[in-house]
Amino acid sequence: MKITINGQTEEYQGDPQMPLLWYLRDELHMTGTKYGCGMALCGACTVHVDGQPVRSCRLPMAGVDGKSVTTIEGLSSHNDHPLQVAWAQHNVPQCGYCQSGQIMQAAALLEKNQAPTDSDIDSAMAGNICRCGTYPRIRAAIKSAARGDAK
Amino acid sequence: MSNQFQPQRRQFLKQVSGTAGLTLGVAMLPASRVVGASDVVGEALSPNLFVTLEPNGDVNITCHRSEMGQQIRTAVAQIIADELEADWQRVTVLQAKGDPAYGDQNTDGSRSVRRNMERLRQAGATAALMLRRAAAEGWQVSADECVCDNHKVIHSASGRSVDYSELVAVAAGLPVPDSDQVSLKPRNQWRYIGKAIASVDLTSVVSGNAVYGQDVQLDGMLVAVIQRPPVLYTRPKSIDDKAARKIPGVVDIIEMPGASAPALFAPLGGVAVVAKNTWSALQGVQALKITWSTNEHSTYHSESEKQRLIDTAQQAGETVRQRGDAQAVLAASEHTHSATYYAPLLAQAPMEPPAATAWVEDNRVQIWACTQTPQATRKFVSEALGLSPEVVEVNVTLLGGGFGRKSKPDFSVEAALLSKQTGTPVKVVWRREDDIQNGYYHTVSAQYLQAALDSDGTTVAWRHNTVFPSISSTFSPDAVSPSSGELDLGFIDNPFSIDNMLLEKGQAKPHVRIGWLRSVANVYHAFAIQSFADELAHKAKQDSKAYLLKLIGPARMIDLTEDGAEYGNYGDPIDKYPIDTGRLRNVIERVCKLANWDQRGQQGRYLGLAAHRSFLTYVATVVEVTVNDSGEWRIPNVYMSIDAGTVVNEGNVKAQCEGGAIYGLSCAIGELSAAKGAITQSNFHNYQVARMQHSPANIEVDIVDSVAPPGGVGEPPTPPFTPALANALFAATGKRIRELPIPLTIR
Repeated sequence: MKITINGQTEEYQGDPQMPLLWYLRDELHMTGTKYGCGMALCGACTVHVDGQPVRSCRLPMAGVDGKSVTTIEGLSSHNDHPLQVAWAQHNVPQCGYCQSGQIMQAAALLEKNQAPTDSDIDSAMAGNICRCGTYPRIRAAIKSAARGDAK
Repeated sequence: MSNQFQPQRRQFLKQVSGTAGLTLGVAMLPASRVVGASDVVGEALSPNLFVTLEPNGDVNITCHRSEMGQQIRTAVAQIIADELEADWQRVTVLQAKGDPAYGDQNTDGSRSVRRNMERLRQAGATAALMLRRAAAEGWQVSADECVCDNHKVIHSASGRSVDYSELVAVAAGLPVPDSDQVSLKPRNQWRYIGKAIASVDLTSVVSGNAVYGQDVQLDGMLVAVIQRPPVLYTRPKSIDDKAARKIPGVVDIIEMPGASAPALFAPLGGVAVVAKNTWSALQGVQALKITWSTNEHSTYHSESEKQRLIDTAQQAGETVRQRGDAQAVLAASEHTHSATYYAPLLAQAPMEPPAATAWVEDNRVQIWACTQTPQATRKFVSEALGLSPEVVEVNVTLLGGGFGRKSKPDFSVEAALLSKQTGTPVKVVWRREDDIQNGYYHTVSAQYLQAALDSDGTTVAWRHNTVFPSISSTFSPDAVSPSSGELDLGFIDNPFSIDNMLLEKGQAKPHVRIGWLRSVANVYHAFAIQSFADELAHKAKQDSKAYLLKLIGPARMIDLTEDGAEYGNYGDPIDKYPIDTGRLRNVIERVCKLANWDQRGQQGRYLGLAAHRSFLTYVATVVEVTVNDSGEWRIPNVYMSIDAGTVVNEGNVKAQCEGGAIYGLSCAIGELSAAKGAITQSNFHNYQVARMQHSPANIEVDIVDSVAPPGGVGEPPTPPFTPALANALFAATGKRIRELPIPLTIR
């Protein structure tokens, strides 16, 4: 099967049931997408498939055949996506482990909704856990990126 | 480098080579390559383990503590760069391997800054002095006339200055000064210490390039996933691995050595599936059919054990601190109040489950791990392999959270054993299920409190019995009683000024491995004490804040020896870090002002207050709740005031307060239970942790400006959160919460 990862076409011949997460991490050595739960419960593995946020830990390779995948490594060319800039401005990360998934989830939210309310943010981000407790800063950074403050 | 500097540079080189001797001249002029040039040319200045100036003047700072989100890598660099007067843009932070030469590296107990600040300042100032001396030799002036200023040495009398890059080689040839010759900068000249400087790891994190333990990749590496025993110290009775071996990519199935008490930091045993990639290993372990032995822990049931703990707490315990005669006053009093508090087992559940990669060769072992404790990793790996610690190299990755879980090196020992057996590098990946079901748990606890009030509502007697399986059981199979180390955490150091006080402990047997979790015993002790204080205020029909201040009493330094109690004070001297009720009162006053406590009634806001000293730092928290008609509660605002003494990074102290509060929220709503000896929960669908929608919408943090010695920061914000939340929910609903977890809907 053929998959486009961050704009580059990749051939895959292996187990079609292997989740995308392990293809990214173990085969492409793109470790920005994280393992946190393996059950689509924590959001650390969030990537975009054809622009939609998905949990790569539960998405089999068969499900991405012919599709286009964007990971944190491909979100922007110079780490300058408005959310990455906002994340830096608000000093969001503590340990940082969940933040790739948080940023990818938030990026998908902003694609659909350029002015999210608190409750929009709550529902979009409800599946992304941060054990360091950076939620208030994530919320502030999303709003800041939405306003166009993060440049 | 500015044009203006060029003439000075030439002048400086001329002076150095002309007047300060051939060797120095050679050092300054690498192109000439004269005597011993190969020894000195390109030499870096490395006066100690923590600081190196490269020949081009760039500064490498080595952080010997583990980074798990507290931004210690940034803090260490701030401290050293400040005394070194380094240009922050020319500083790179390196991560130390595990090595006793650094002193203690065990990153727990909120002690990285408080135990290292002075020696790190000294390390930076030593390098700065050597640079000053190098410049002074070149200029033929006294080093006392020279100052370091943002990567330059300046001689103001003559208006000369020189960049550090021009001094490195000369300075490297100077003797390293004794510490008594090194003076530290006065506080008012601090350039970086105290400032909110962004994390040095920020860019790597937001770009997805940061490397954690789970991310390590080596050529030829195999991945192992282990099915560990569901019940402590049980062993496989039978293993059917036929299906597992058929899974493509599975290389081997290996039975791990079984564990027995005491747990220490040894692996739990079980069956490892070693595979070419993580997916094969995960499938392989799912396909294993294992039957397990049973033992005395197989009948552990958390519900029946809960009742046993509560029964014990309600009986007389063993006295650990006594003042006056609380029993007699309680027996004679007409106004008494009592309550039982209970908190369940918890898992630290860092976002990154434990992971370690090992490569064991004949006489060399390399480990890459997200460990809080590289030296213990070295010790336990070397012991497991029968090698000397010197051949074990421990590389510390970033930690995707630690919270105490990664202070146990068991997962590195597993990787080392498997690498030895397979002859290849092996990464052991813990699944979330392993993290939740095979952990070192925050202990379950029951506490019984009694108080007697006089006719004015003043508390005149206080009795508190605490009962929990102890962390010491992890190290000693006979330990069935809370250790002094745990009683020191917010129990024996009760700050209340009550004439009759009796503090006791009771026995409890462990049925799981007990370990540390952020703030450890402070979490449940603060929950009980600060909630019960609020109960007494209510009983006395007095304002909670006023009553808490009355319980604490006047500003004073508490001497626990007067009450016959021994107290460890987090390993630091009591004269340097007294139990200062003035500072505790101050954070209460400040947080109540921030929260507009006195106006809460008129404003229709429901607030709860709690304050607690832990890790030598004082934190007071006010939680505001709203409760809707169906009993669902939310936290619109949290207010915190922290007195951590001298702080190194204001921004990160604020971030730790926010994160510590939300970690406290997880402690309030999370619960692990056990049936037939095994943990019932397995992943985030049934082990509840705080998510965005539960979390405070707004957290305001007040940092007390203090010149006191630095206290802890990573842990102290957590303990007051749960009682402040419970007290706020009481204010809103009239329901007193004495048992955790707090349900998300209160009816």
